[in-house]
Amino acid sequence: MKSLRELGAALAAGETTSVALTEEALTRIAGRDQALNSFITLAHDEAMAEARAADAAITRGEVGPLAGIPMAHKDLFCTTGVKSSAGSRMLDNFVAPHDATVVENLRRARAVMVGKTNMDEFAMGSSNETSFYGAVKNPWNTDCVPGGSSGGSAAAVAARLVPYATGTDTGGSIRQPAALAGITGLKPTYGRVSRYGIVAFASSLDQAGTLTVSAEDAAQVLRAMAGFDKRDSTSVDEPVPDYPALIEESVKGKRAGIPKEFLAEGVTPGVRDAFTRAAEELTKLGCEVEETTLPNLRYSVPVYYVVAPAEASSNLARYDGVRYGHRADNPANLEDLYLRSRGEGFGTEVKRRILIGTFVLSHGYFDAYYLRAQRVRQLIADDFREAFGKYDFLLGPTTPTAAFKIGEKTSDPVAMYLNDIFTIGVNLAGLPAVSVPMGFDGGLPVGLQIIGRAFDEGGILALAHQYQQATDWHRQTPPGVEA
Amino acid sequence: MFDAAEVKRLAHLARIAVDDTTAANLGGELDTIMKMVDELKAAEVEGVEPMAHPLALSQRLRADAVTEAPERDLYQQNAPDTVAGVYRVPRVIDRS
Repeated sequence: MKSLRELGAALAAGETTSVALTEEALTRIAGRDQALNSFITLAHDEAMAEARAADAAITRGEVGPLAGIPMAHKDLFCTTGVKSSAGSRMLDNFVAPHDATVVENLRRARAVMVGKTNMDEFAMGSSNETSFYGAVKNPWNTDCVPGGSSGGSAAAVAARLVPYATGTDTGGSIRQPAALAGITGLKPTYGRVSRYGIVAFASSLDQAGTLTVSAEDAAQVLRAMAGFDKRDSTSVDEPVPDYPALIEESVKGKRAGIPKEFLAEGVTPGVRDAFTRAAEELTKLGCEVEETTLPNLRYSVPVYYVVAPAEASSNLARYDGVRYGHRADNPANLEDLYLRSRGEGFGTEVKRRILIGTFVLSHGYFDAYYLRAQRVRQLIADDFREAFGKYDFLLGPTTPTAAFKIGEKTSDPVAMYLNDIFTIGVNLAGLPAVSVPMGFDGGLPVGLQIIGRAFDEGGILALAHQYQQATDWHRQTPPGVEA
Repeated sequence: MFDAAEVKRLAHLARIAVDDTTAANLGGELDTIMKMVDELKAAEVEGVEPMAHPLALSQRLRADAVTEAPERDLYQQNAPDTVAGVYRVPRVIDRS
């Protein structure tokens, strides 16, 4: 598949049209997605109308870099006219009254949305197995998970069904599936991209980002997605830099630390080898790479499983069966309406997390769990702050292992949670990070995570881009998928 | 320990109906998860300020003025049951 820059140039030169690209994308999806289940809803008619409008705009010379190029949104983003389910039975009938700001920004750029991608229910999961619409398959091996929660977006891009897709990342939900599906996944700094119109999971952690083939494509998409939004009170009022220009800046002399905690037990030899080679490659690019430490990082999973469920239990209180979403039949009274609508509408993992959140916030446990977790969160953020006083980047494998089998970890929630052991700390500290393909372990792709200082998306994308200029892991495609 | 009664108590606080089998299963899972969370007890947090949010931002304020037009009809298109512009729920107060 061509890069976004190449697709944009072909459209501008009249070598192809948005209608042709969109039809091709829909044909690929029709042919391949039954095996993958990466889409929840296809927006065939809407996409063709948007493509025709994009072609007209391109003819008039209005050619933004994403104009006319097909893409997909994770089903957590609200889209008017097309269902936004959040992967849940609760919202199986929900058509949003407004677009999310990210959706609006990409519409303005004349991106053509072909559909909404599958995901773990309410973004709670690391394997895409908690979706009400069924598990997504990994295009590299359909017996394996694609990761989650943005598993549909990752699988769709890995199988080259669409050139790019949006995702959200609360504890690794962009980077972990990007790593497991062999693509590039960017989680921007908290506050960089508006959260308005994204179904809320954990509001102090959620951030929208990109799933793309390359870091260069991620720079293009982030530039269009990001920006201040007065409708999100945590959106940061800072200009959006020219990321596509920034990624060309030299990384020579930059300092990168490898926290030893990222290579601790649980990391497979294959992942370790791939990471060692990636670190060598970054040294060749002129980076000074050395070992460092983030001593409190080992607490990131337990901190997350207090903070995220606490925020989720509060955010998901809105689903009451009254204003929108699933409603139980024949309620005996108002309490019965709440109890059964939520009992029927939420899946098991969502219930688990709401109950944990309810517990840690309940009388007598708040200080012992929630307040303590917030203090440890501060320690983790301090570790990162100290490390970034010395280093421009922190590096490690994105995940300890390659993709696992569907069903392998569903009976042990804690084993599932440990998939995100290297990604969660970044959300707790609010930092930007990107996962790029760095090789294979047992025939399945694995990812390199590059973490940066707050608002240095340009820096981490530059390092990722230059790594991708020197390697071709990101150009590898799953069996049967054309490059 | 999360026995079925404790799970049911929490589920009721969260207004989620759970049957006995689900409550028993959830109990075991919550035990496992909270055992992992208990690792936090080893952290040294004396004198550390709680961190509620990743950015050291002050709350942005706006003028106290009307900024949005009412869109009740649009919002109620997603409502399971409305009548004359209001959301309808089962009777809350007994007639007797």
